[in-house]
Amino acid sequence: MSIRERFSGNEAVSIAIKQINPDVMAAFPITPSTEIPQYVSSYVANGEIDTEFVAVESEHSSMSACIGAQAAGARSMTATSSCGLALMWEMLYVAASLRLPITMPVVNRALSGPININNDHSDSMGARDTGWIQMYAENAQEAYDNMIQSVRIGEHKDVLLPVMTCQDGFITSHAVENINILETEKVKAFVGEYKAEKYLLNPEENISMGPYDISAYYMEHKYQQAVSMENAKRVIAEVASEFETLSGRKYDFIEEYKMDDADFAIVIIGSSAGTAKDAVDELRNEGIKAGLVKIRIFRPFPAEEIVKALKNVKVVGIMDKAEGYSNNGGPLGAEVKAALYGNVTGVKAVNFVYGLGGRDVKIESIKTVFEQLLEVDKTGKVPAHYQYLGLRK
Amino acid sequence: MCMKDNKMKGITPESTYDQMTPGGAIYGSGNSEFFNTGDWRVAIPAWIEENCKHCLLCVPVCPDSSIPVKDGKRLDFDFDHCKGCGICYKACPFKAITFEKDGK
Ligand code: SF4
Ligand code: SF4
Repeated sequence: MSIRERFSGNEAVSIAIKQINPDVMAAFPITPSTEIPQYVSSYVANGEIDTEFVAVESEHSSMSACIGAQAAGARSMTATSSCGLALMWEMLYVAASLRLPITMPVVNRALSGPININNDHSDSMGARDTGWIQMYAENAQEAYDNMIQSVRIGEHKDVLLPVMTCQDGFITSHAVENINILETEKVKAFVGEYKAEKYLLNPEENISMGPYDISAYYMEHKYQQAVSMENAKRVIAEVASEFETLSGRKYDFIEEYKMDDADFAIVIIGSSAGTAKDAVDELRNEGIKAGLVKIRIFRPFPAEEIVKALKNVKVVGIMDKAEGYSNNGGPLGAEVKAALYGNVTGVKAVNFVYGLGGRDVKIESIKTVFEQLLEVDKTGKVPAHYQYLGLRK
Repeated sequence: MCMKDNKMKGITPESTYDQMTPGGAIYGSGNSEFFNTGDWRVAIPAWIEENCKHCLLCVPVCPDSSIPVKDGKRLDFDFDHCKGCGICYKACPFKAITFEKDGK
């Protein structure tokens, strides 16, 4: 029996961490993820968990401490947002290339400047090519569920990659929602004990990690990471199906909402998917065949699943909560279009940059997107293949 | 796919990606000996054996462990690894080490 509770996204993720009881949590506070290390440090102080809490002086150090601890053989976690994630940049690559399955909740916030503490995806989208697996949650429930699954995915012997589980700053992290949590024993049984095959503190075997890699070997090591990212697709699906048996909650790479006969669809990530589903419902009531694809896993990118979902639509709106400054749209737009290229013909695409720096996204805002998609279908012309939603100009 | 376990010595520039260890980890210790750090240097120390009192003050200060010791006495430099930093030259109280531009 699961337990009905009401938690904010930050609290939900902290509860998941408490139930997992990692060996090490090294973190530095930054809005809006600060509550996560704050909650976890109080669980430690209250003796509820025996995690070693390392209060570091920066996020470069928190990721470095996690790398050292995980390499030593300890299950390690941290949490961050925005500029904190940016300060970890160098170490994100090191964690992934050393094949250390660190897990990290990222509470998405705009990456300055101008300085802004509210939600968009510019922080984690910037980290999309670091070699980390990226999972995105629509709400607190998914943030909790993703956190638990992330540990199993990253630590799988065919994966061994770090995982960031993202949720939207304030919108998800600070809003209190009804959620179902699992019993702690069940979570513990699900994640199991962390047993690294190769680790620095093994008295039985000497090992050097992170040595200088010369050109004769570097490409093969990068390809190993690519193979693991490919393996992650299989493992993510396996873990999701085991999690479904445990919790009754079903997860996939993408969530398709009213896509079966959809002519017009949007592709979206995170909390705005909830708002957009309401817009889809309203449009359906008006007789418009609207649908939605929500991305849960961004790395590895679910190209096949997206192609399958979109192959019969007339016009798709791809929603980016981050700029790409390519003059050609945002990162999600680029990746979705790349996935469609050569696999689907006749689907027109418009890329929207929306919700930057916490700009409110309402049902009406999403409906204006669909209005444009309908217009594209009517005229047969895509007026601007990339535009800002709700921009004053 | 699972990476095969490989000791460092089994891996060569001909090895395929799946024969190599994840992340290039080396399963074994003492491997820095296999890397000849001394293949170039700007200056080079020379040992004047007749001045040497075998006090061994030069030995622990060498950052590259390039002054071998046998039966309590130092031997000539290990030039495969000596980086030519001159620390031993500064440490020697008996003018038993010179330090000159490497003519190589
Ligand atoms: S010059 Fe430097 S590296 Fe060479 S033997 Fe002396 S201390 Fe060691
Ligand atoms: S410090 Fe000088 S005298 Fe002492 S062992 Fe080294 S070379 Fe010889």
